[in-house]
Amino acid sequence: MSGHSEGFPKKHIVGFLGSMVLTIAAAWAAVGSGLPTPWIIASIMVMAVIQAGIQLFMFMHMTETESGGIQVGNMLHAFFIAAIIIAGSIWTMSFGYAHNHDDGGSGEMEMENHQDMEE
Amino acid sequence: MLDFLLNEFLVTGDPLIYGAMVSMVLVSIAIVYVLTYFKKWGYLWREWLTTVDHKKIGIMYIIAAIAMLFRGGVDALLMRTQLTLPGMEFLNSQHYNEIFTTHGTIMIIFMAMPFLIGLMNFVVPLQIGARDVAFPFLNAVSFWSFAIGALLFNLSFVIGGSPDAGWTNYAPMAGPNLNPGPNINYYLIGLQISGIGTLATGINFLATILKMRAPGMTLMRMPIFTWSSLITSLIITFAFPILTVALALMTIDRIFGSQFFTLTGDGMPMMWANLFWLWGHPEVYIVILPAFGIFSEVISTFARKQLFGYKAMVWSMVIIAGLSFVVWVHHFFTMGAGAGVNSFFSITTMLISVPTGVKIFNWLGTMYKGKIRFDTPMLWALGFIPCFVLGGVTGVMLAMAAADYQYHNTYFLVAHFHNVLIAGTVFGCFAGLTFWYPKMFGHKMNETLGKISFWFFLIGFNVCFLPMYFLGFAGMPRRTYSIEPEWMPLNVVSSVGAVLMAVGFAVFVYNIYYSFRYSPRETQGDAWDGRALEWATTTPVPFYNFATVPKVEGPEAYWLMKQKGKTTYDKNNLEPIHMPSDSGVPFIMMAFMFVAGFGLVWEWMIVAIAGLIGVLACMFIRSFDYDHGFHVSVEEIKETEEKARREEK
Ligand code: HEM
Ligand SMILES: [Cu+2]
Repeated sequence: MSGHSEGFPKKHIVGFLGSMVLTIAAAWAAVGSGLPTPWIIASIMVMAVIQAGIQLFMFMHMTETESGGIQVGNMLHAFFIAAIIIAGSIWTMSFGYAHNHDDGGSGEMEMENHQDMEE
Repeated sequence: MLDFLLNEFLVTGDPLIYGAMVSMVLVSIAIVYVLTYFKKWGYLWREWLTTVDHKKIGIMYIIAAIAMLFRGGVDALLMRTQLTLPGMEFLNSQHYNEIFTTHGTIMIIFMAMPFLIGLMNFVVPLQIGARDVAFPFLNAVSFWSFAIGALLFNLSFVIGGSPDAGWTNYAPMAGPNLNPGPNINYYLIGLQISGIGTLATGINFLATILKMRAPGMTLMRMPIFTWSSLITSLIITFAFPILTVALALMTIDRIFGSQFFTLTGDGMPMMWANLFWLWGHPEVYIVILPAFGIFSEVISTFARKQLFGYKAMVWSMVIIAGLSFVVWVHHFFTMGAGAGVNSFFSITTMLISVPTGVKIFNWLGTMYKGKIRFDTPMLWALGFIPCFVLGGVTGVMLAMAAADYQYHNTYFLVAHFHNVLIAGTVFGCFAGLTFWYPKMFGHKMNETLGKISFWFFLIGFNVCFLPMYFLGFAGMPRRTYSIEPEWMPLNVVSSVGAVLMAVGFAVFVYNIYYSFRYSPRETQGDAWDGRALEWATTTPVPFYNFATVPKVEGPEAYWLMKQKGKTTYDKNNLEPIHMPSDSGVPFIMMAFMFVAGFGLVWEWMIVAIAGLIGVLACMFIRSFDYDHGFHVSVEEIKETEEKARREEK
């Protein structure tokens, strides 16, 4: 834990502010911008990728090469998990889901089988 | 005001809860009295509340976990009582819902994980020849965040009401419309706070194990418990963020009125189940892998043989770590995803049982032709193998999506996961605690009492849970407080088993007291003729662990050292040791976090913000803390070691 205390942590402050701005911008895009949905999704995705980059390079010492192997392995694993979470969720959650929102946007799910499955 | 206090804030109207309140107040008064009377406040603060020593933090984790095991166990007995005497309305349906919810949550989050993390804390730095974890301050933060999260969660049943939507907390049941009030907030915030600590622990141990091993200890020379901790930390680091996000989304749903998991406004309740199990399945491996590691250590020590198939053990854990992220859908086969989805996850689930099976054969192989000693830790390990196999086999039955439509949400499922969680995790915790007990406290646990408690627990466990498979076949659903007459006999049998387990637990706890009074004290460090580096230290372990860090020359480092007559005290090679300073900041920071959490639970934003400002202030203080620790002088090391090793010569 005992780190080095040399100098002003410029990188960290810039990274922190950058992350804040991107997060607020993403929230605004979703809640207040009134853009068409595909645009919102696309812009949020772009901002998410930028923010991931900020985190990695400003905070996570990605460029410190001393333990490069571990870093790279960890990153690859992280991408693998992220891909599973996103692709897996879309795949498993896309069943019988009513995408037409004429029913008042209630987004009801249709299940082939819903007799007594929950208490 | 008084109205609010009596009608909403405090839970009123139930004699059981009045009893609990009275006993909580009495116990608190007793604790304060004892501490004051014996003038122990300073000691408590200096030695425990502010410590950053991994050994003390480990012990605090374990004590808290045993307390939680007690609380969860009482919940279990209450449920068994209701199911044995369903006509008496001992618990009404609401109360029953609350109890199975707190039982499950407490056992997994506040008992199993902290118990194992406590053992990891104590043992891993010793096993790799390190003087502490990579980030000792962060380690203290982790512990206190767990303690605060647990405290908050446990308060719910006297203040505001307990969560009641199951430990899985499914939406929309748990959403603001069907379940208003503070109860589910307790679940969300309690888990959120302790989850942050767990995540930090994962990162901490990853860094510790990867970067702080003694010279010569390559990855493939690490003790197997350290390996299991490394893999567990990896899973924690990648799984817990999912829980963090899921909990945060539902908190926003409940407190700020968003619609992530609601039935209205395009919300998607099933997404909660999806996210929950994306974390939840890796979680079950988080609580089983360290137990596997413990059993491996215990079996190899008491069979007096090197672990059979070390490499296979390591690789099977690596494969489990990967596969554990691609099986989660098996928890909701019946939600109605298509045949493609269900088949895929059926197959991955069956695959994951293969490396698990490999490990079973490795344990058997280790014991084959070994000269086995039957001390208590070994008994737990021996009891584990057949019981866990049963849990694994029924897991594979559940893994077949088509068949799962029959088993899902019945007592068959309940029996499955208790067979793996109790026979695996709980037996593992007991084995580990009795095994490392002499290292922690300087004396062994009494063997006779240990064996009595083992047999009560083992027999009780099987009497309690085997009938549940048949109840499941007979159609008894889980999470029900009323039962059909034809299920009665087996339920009574099951409750008898539960009582036997309670007796086993009571004997275990009594054994702690008895051994403290009467067990002979350890005179040297190697209580069980051990094989890994933790046994190379003296007992009690000096706070800096190793006077001189040993050079590791092969697997089973201490075994080799013993053969060559080496110790961790090389008089001519002493150097001052750099150690981290204690700090009160983690404790105070998490005390503020408690205020913030309590505010959020009740949706009192001013309180929440005040608490969070306190947390931020502590972080700020920490950022400008230039205390880099202190050095232990060579003279002090000499003095400590000479004193500890006096009787060895
Ligand atoms: C041999 C490997 C295993 C297989 C194939 C397996 C399979 C399954 C399946 C398919 C389910 C879902 C059944 C349903 O909901 O209908 C399940 C539930 C469960 N399993 Fe396992 N399992 C295995 C090992 C474990 C282990 C090692 C643990 C924990 C130590 C565990 C803990 C649980 C828990 C807690 C649940 C139920 C959660 C709930 O619904 O509340 N399982 N298992
Ligand atoms: Cu699972």
